[in-house]
Amino acid sequence: MNMSSAVASSPRLRWRNPSVLPGFGLTLGFTLFYLSVVVLVPLTALLLKPWTLGWDGVVSVVTEPRVLHALKLSFGGAAIAAIVNAVFGLLLAWTLVRYEFPLKRFVDALIDLPFALPTAVAGIALSALYAENGWVGGPLSGLGLKIAYTPLGVIVALIFIGLPFVVRTLEPVLADMSLDAEEAASTLGATRFQILRRVVLPALVPALITGTTLAFARAVGEYGSVIFIAGNLPMKSEIAPLLIIIKLQQFDYAGAAAIGLVMLLASFLIILALNLLQSAFAARR
Amino acid sequence: MKKLHALVAAAALLVSGAAQAANVTLLNVSYDPTRELYKNVNAAFVAEWKAKTGDSLTINQSHGGSGSQARAVIDGLDADVVTLALAYDIDAIAQKAQLLPANWQKRLPDNSTPYTSTIVFLVRKGNPWKIKDWGDLVKPGVHVITPNPKTSGGARWAYLAAWAYAEKKPGGNAAAAKAFVREVYKHVPVLDSGARGSTITFTKRGIGDVLLSWENEAHLALQENPGQFEIVYPSSSILAEPPVALVDKNVDRHGTRKVAEAYLQFLYTRKAQEIEAQNFYRPRDKAVLAAHAKDFPEIKLYTIDDLFGGWTKAQATHFADGGVFDQIYKPGK
Repeated sequence: MNMSSAVASSPRLRWRNPSVLPGFGLTLGFTLFYLSVVVLVPLTALLLKPWTLGWDGVVSVVTEPRVLHALKLSFGGAAIAAIVNAVFGLLLAWTLVRYEFPLKRFVDALIDLPFALPTAVAGIALSALYAENGWVGGPLSGLGLKIAYTPLGVIVALIFIGLPFVVRTLEPVLADMSLDAEEAASTLGATRFQILRRVVLPALVPALITGTTLAFARAVGEYGSVIFIAGNLPMKSEIAPLLIIIKLQQFDYAGAAAIGLVMLLASFLIILALNLLQSAFAARR
Repeated sequence: MKKLHALVAAAALLVSGAAQAANVTLLNVSYDPTRELYKNVNAAFVAEWKAKTGDSLTINQSHGGSGSQARAVIDGLDADVVTLALAYDIDAIAQKAQLLPANWQKRLPDNSTPYTSTIVFLVRKGNPWKIKDWGDLVKPGVHVITPNPKTSGGARWAYLAAWAYAEKKPGGNAAAAKAFVREVYKHVPVLDSGARGSTITFTKRGIGDVLLSWENEAHLALQENPGQFEIVYPSSSILAEPPVALVDKNVDRHGTRKVAEAYLQFLYTRKAQEIEAQNFYRPRDKAVLAAHAKDFPEIKLYTIDDLFGGWTKAQATHFADGGVFDQIYKPGK
């Protein structure tokens, strides 16, 4: 903190902070090389590919009603799933950090399952559960609620894969939070709700936004688990990644890349906005 | 002493045998429902090849939607032979990656298709909706399960079979066929990406009243779930020709041309034709077909060349982006 303010106040513009650690050139060089190979080169290929269609070609691909609908479902579904995960992930993280109960370690390990399970396995398991002859889908369809093979099924799958992101981001923050502030608030006469609203939640919001953003980002591009439960009907339950696959099957690489590019840009803008929001919250504290 | 000599001789024989016999590996890239067929065919061919040449042959199989398998080969999946659901997908490999010559389909007998198949209906036990023919698919309330023609070879054959029925029935024409096919897809609640996925949706998830299925896949479903389903043969269907081909560039690089060629020719032998018939593919061999006649009822089978002018044309008209199939799902129609 002191260092950076010193730099900011010094009249000479310096491109790096002096550091007592040696090896800056080597590590920065490796970082740039690694990022280029792993992230930038594939992304550049994606950025360049669609333009073989020309501007009009790209626009006509991504404004097709079917593509627009699929994008809406992928982003809308991911947003709903992320919000659901934010609420219940917070609850889960709170329970796991603040209380002691038998089998706590076991429950804690369960949270990671969606990370570890191959997505196709998750998709098949979910569709078996939520189909009309499944354990969950059967009783629900008796109530007139169909989940598998509808857009609701998409959201269920996205909630499943996104949950660990929220819980795992919140847990360390919650664990680090000392009880002092809450106790102090209590001695100053704050009600329980006031403590929650004014002391606990503000400390958690930046991490909550980060976790929700991660869950959202993961869900937007999710293919494997969704495809088995979605039904995949055009204009109804077809997700954008499936349209990309369909285009690839038809050897339409440029068309596939055009949809990919739109998804990339939209995700980038949304994640950027969420990050700005997060740093705004962090700065206010 | 005699015993020792015999042992030494046997050991010497073993060693020399091992020195001569090579370990050869082939990769057969195939479509979705042929897993069981090629498991059996491969075992028979491996034994025969071992007896003939002494080489230990391993045949690896890769399965998936026909279109995605073709794309994988184009993108570098090292197939020695491809055995896909339709000629268009192998044409694509020839055109886009030039891994085999454009006239590949002329290199083996019968359009390079050692066995044929067709599309039939699988219905639930007792046929509660009384589905007898294509026309019954569009009864109000009937749900039809079939994969997405954009990604599944079997689904394309099913689509064309429905079209052929509507165009060829008395008073039918192209416009009526288009309207009929559109109506059929309005009755489809789930579009899986491959044939196996649709079979699972229908048989395991209990979705739908009728599955438009490969003939062999329908028989397999009967075997796996005894007493739950029935096969219905419609009045007409389509002659599906799933072709096989050598991938020249890959076999030359691997040095496997001879064994790969022998493998494809093996598919036409009496022995392999018998295995194909047992796996419910219609064999080309008349005698084998006659022996299994009860499994393969005779129905009117249209061919893609007669009715649709070949795969290239059918693909462009019906399944390409903006083609007839896409128009079905255009909103507001």
